[in-house]
Formats: sequence, structure tokens, C-alpha cells
Amino acid sequence: MSNDSLDPRVNRLKLGDATAVIKVEEGENWNIYEVFHQEKRGAHHEHVGCVHAPDPQLALVFAKEQFARRKKCVNLWVVRSADILAFDVEDEDMFANNLEKNYRDASGFKVMEKINKFKQSK
Amino acid sequence: MYGGGYIFDEPNGKQLRDEQLHDEPEKLAAFEERIAKGEKIEPGDWMPTEYRRQLIRLIEQHAHSEIIGALPEGTWITRAPGFKRKLALIAKVQDEIGHGQLLYNAAETLGKSREAMINDLLSGKSKYSNVFNYPAETWADVTVIGFLIDAAAIVNQAANAKGSYGPYCRALDRICYEESFHLKQGHDAFIELATGTPAQREMLQDALNRWWQPIMHFFGPPDKNSQHSQKLMEWRVKMASNDDMRNQFLNAYVPKIWELGLTLPDAALKKNPETDRWDYTDPDWDEFFRVINGGGPCNEERLQVRKWAEEQGRWVRKALMNPAEKRALPVA
Repeated sequence: MSNDSLDPRVNRLKLGDATAVIKVEEGENWNIYEVFHQEKRGAHHEHVGCVHAPDPQLALVFAKEQFARRKKCVNLWVVRSADILAFDVEDEDMFANNLEKNYRDASGFKVMEKINKFKQSK
Repeated sequence: MYGGGYIFDEPNGKQLRDEQLHDEPEKLAAFEERIAKGEKIEPGDWMPTEYRRQLIRLIEQHAHSEIIGALPEGTWITRAPGFKRKLALIAKVQDEIGHGQLLYNAAETLGKSREAMINDLLSGKSKYSNVFNYPAETWADVTVIGFLIDAAAIVNQAANAKGSYGPYCRALDRICYEESFHLKQGHDAFIELATGTPAQREMLQDALNRWWQPIMHFFGPPDKNSQHSQKLMEWRVKMASNDDMRNQFLNAYVPKIWELGLTLPDAALKKNPETDRWDYTDPDWDEFFRVINGGGPCNEERLQVRKWAEEQGRWVRKALMNPAEKRALPVA
């Protein structure tokens, strides 16, 4: 490699041959951690993405760099993606439900109607 | 949310190709119906093999481009004119590396491991955006990259953010938000040179002349020889044709260059009032293919720097993985 590169790093790095084979081993790039961002105290933590890290502590460091450098942030959670337990996507239909749920709702109880009717009947 | 148990595990390349011939017609029909309704496809969902393959290719190349794209600009951090410009450039380069991470994560949800993607970059099997195979010779080159290359990237990314694959769209939403800062600081530096001394204007004009062809190459070959099928448009993997995106870019940014009294090295460049599209001289497409296949001025250097980082950083990654050495680190 000639030393006439415009990159100041290149000139002092003594780079190897571009045709040399460099291989990254499987697993060398660590685990995936999901990152949850809390915008202000008392707010929910919201999932914002993931980072790669060898352990949870370092995942926090990386998450801070990646997800807290611009938006306001007061806290972060990280959790190993593999530790998340979720339903299978195919099972989505088990969440299908009776849409008529007035009985669970304040609006489902019309007391004033009954009171007015009672008063009128007097 | 994606990752972990949701990640599709590609058993091996061979099996994938066999399976490719046998996308079940009912599943395919249901899938296409979901796309037509504008639904997002998520990692655990069934998807055609070709859809998965093309998305991996697309997202992976986008990720590599962000990482390699930081190199020509990173070169100028030490020489940025002024403290404010230096801070902005550091922030921008940090963003680009972050975008690479977000995109690698999105590609991983489709079943290709990060290690495999990095290996394919290092071996030259995967490509990255051609523009980064050219050197940033002067500070004006950095402003042209910051303004026009980022503008071109936004045209492309804003289109793809409306695509059909959920994790890619979410990554792109965040990327576009950050790119708008890149565009703005690039435009600001660009205007400063354009309205500065004659020497500054001359430096900028020179950079524009050199970068115009790579910028015209940016959106890829003309539609008339595009290999990518209508299927990809239907599946909302490819959101706009190369020529449409190029036209959209010219429409938005050529007037901004001309209003500063700068010129572009193409006498044929003008808006055709009849078609409402831009006429231009076709850039040299042989040069495009020559550069993408390794023949550009900086292809070798870019890969060498990336390989150097991989090799020299290995001991750090290994040490951090070793449980015997583990101890808690201060977060800040």
C-alpha cells in the first residue's frame, strides 16, 4: 500500500494486503440485547432497538451511546433478546375476543336514565 | 419488537434454494394480500424466500454503506475548519456508525448473522454504495458529501421507510430523523463555501465537478436495464425506480445549487417542461460497474481499513467475552 492516501490513519497504520482473508468467527460479535428507553421519570420504558454486547453492563454502555445521545433520556433497560418469551406469531388469533365489552366499561352503566325515569314516575 | 426467539434461522444456503422453488401458493397469496392491504411483515411471519433474500441483500448493503461511508468523512475530523464544524462532523460520523448497527440488527431478523455479513463485506462478496470508493480530497468534498450524498440517501431512505418489512422501516424512521441533521449541517457548510472567498468558491466548484458523476451513479443504473423485477415493487421491497428517485433528487437539489451561482458539469442538464422531468447526459455506466467490482480509486483502501479494524479490535472483543476477566464497568 502506498503512503499517499488522504486518510491520516492509513499512513500510520501499515495496513495489510486487501486480498488477505480475514474471517470473523460465529459468535465473535456477541449477543443481541433489546434496549428500552425511558424518556422521563415515571414514563414507561419504550423499546427502541437492540445492541450487540458480551454482557449486560457493556450492553448498557453501548445502549447509552446508541439510543441516548440525542433524545432526552433518564434511564435505559437492556435485556438479552434470547431471554424474551413471546407467543408464536401463528397464535395471534387467540387474542381475538368478544368486542362487546360494555360490562367492563364505565360507559356501559346508564344510572342517570334510571334515576330520571324514577323521578318522573313520582 | 424483534430479536432472540423471533430470529429466523437459515439452516444453510442449499436448503434455501430448494425451498425457493416451493413457496406454497396459498401462503404466497395470503402474503401478497397482506402487502396489498399495506400491512407490515414482521420477522416471525411467513415470507417468500425471494422476499427474504432480496431484503437481506438490500439491508445488508445499506448497513455496509453506512460503515464504509464514515471512512472518507472520518478522515476530515482532524482537519475540519473550526470547532463547531469539527463537533458536527464527529456527531455525524458517530450517527453513521450507529445507522450501520441499526441496519445490521434489522438484517439479522431475517436470518443472516452479523458475523456472516461482516465476512461477506471483508471478502468483497457484499457491496456497498459506490460513492464511497472515491476520495474526499478537500474540505469542499466533505461538504458536498454532507449535503448532496446525504440528500440522495434521504430520497432513497424516505421511500424505503414506507416499505413492507417492519424492522427495516423502524430503523429507517430513526435514520431519516438523524439524516435531516446531516443534510442541514452539510447544506450550511456548503453555503458557507459558496458565499465565501473566491478561493472557497473555486474549491467548492471543483469538488462539485468531481462528485457529480458519482452522485448521478448513486441511484443505480437506468430503469431500462434494471434487473430488479416488478415483483419487488409489488412486494414493496423496492419502493421507487432508480430513474424516479434520481429525478426526485434533481428536482429538489439542482435549483439549490444553481441559486448559489454554481454550475454542474453537464450541459444537457435541464428540466423538460413538457415531461416535467429532468434531462441529463447519462453518466458513464461502464465506470459505475468497474468501480462497484473493485476498480475504483479507494476500493482497496476502504476494505483494508475495515480489515485492519477487525483484526486489531479482535483482542478487545475476545477479552470482553472471557468470563474469568469479567467485572462491572462504570456506565458513564
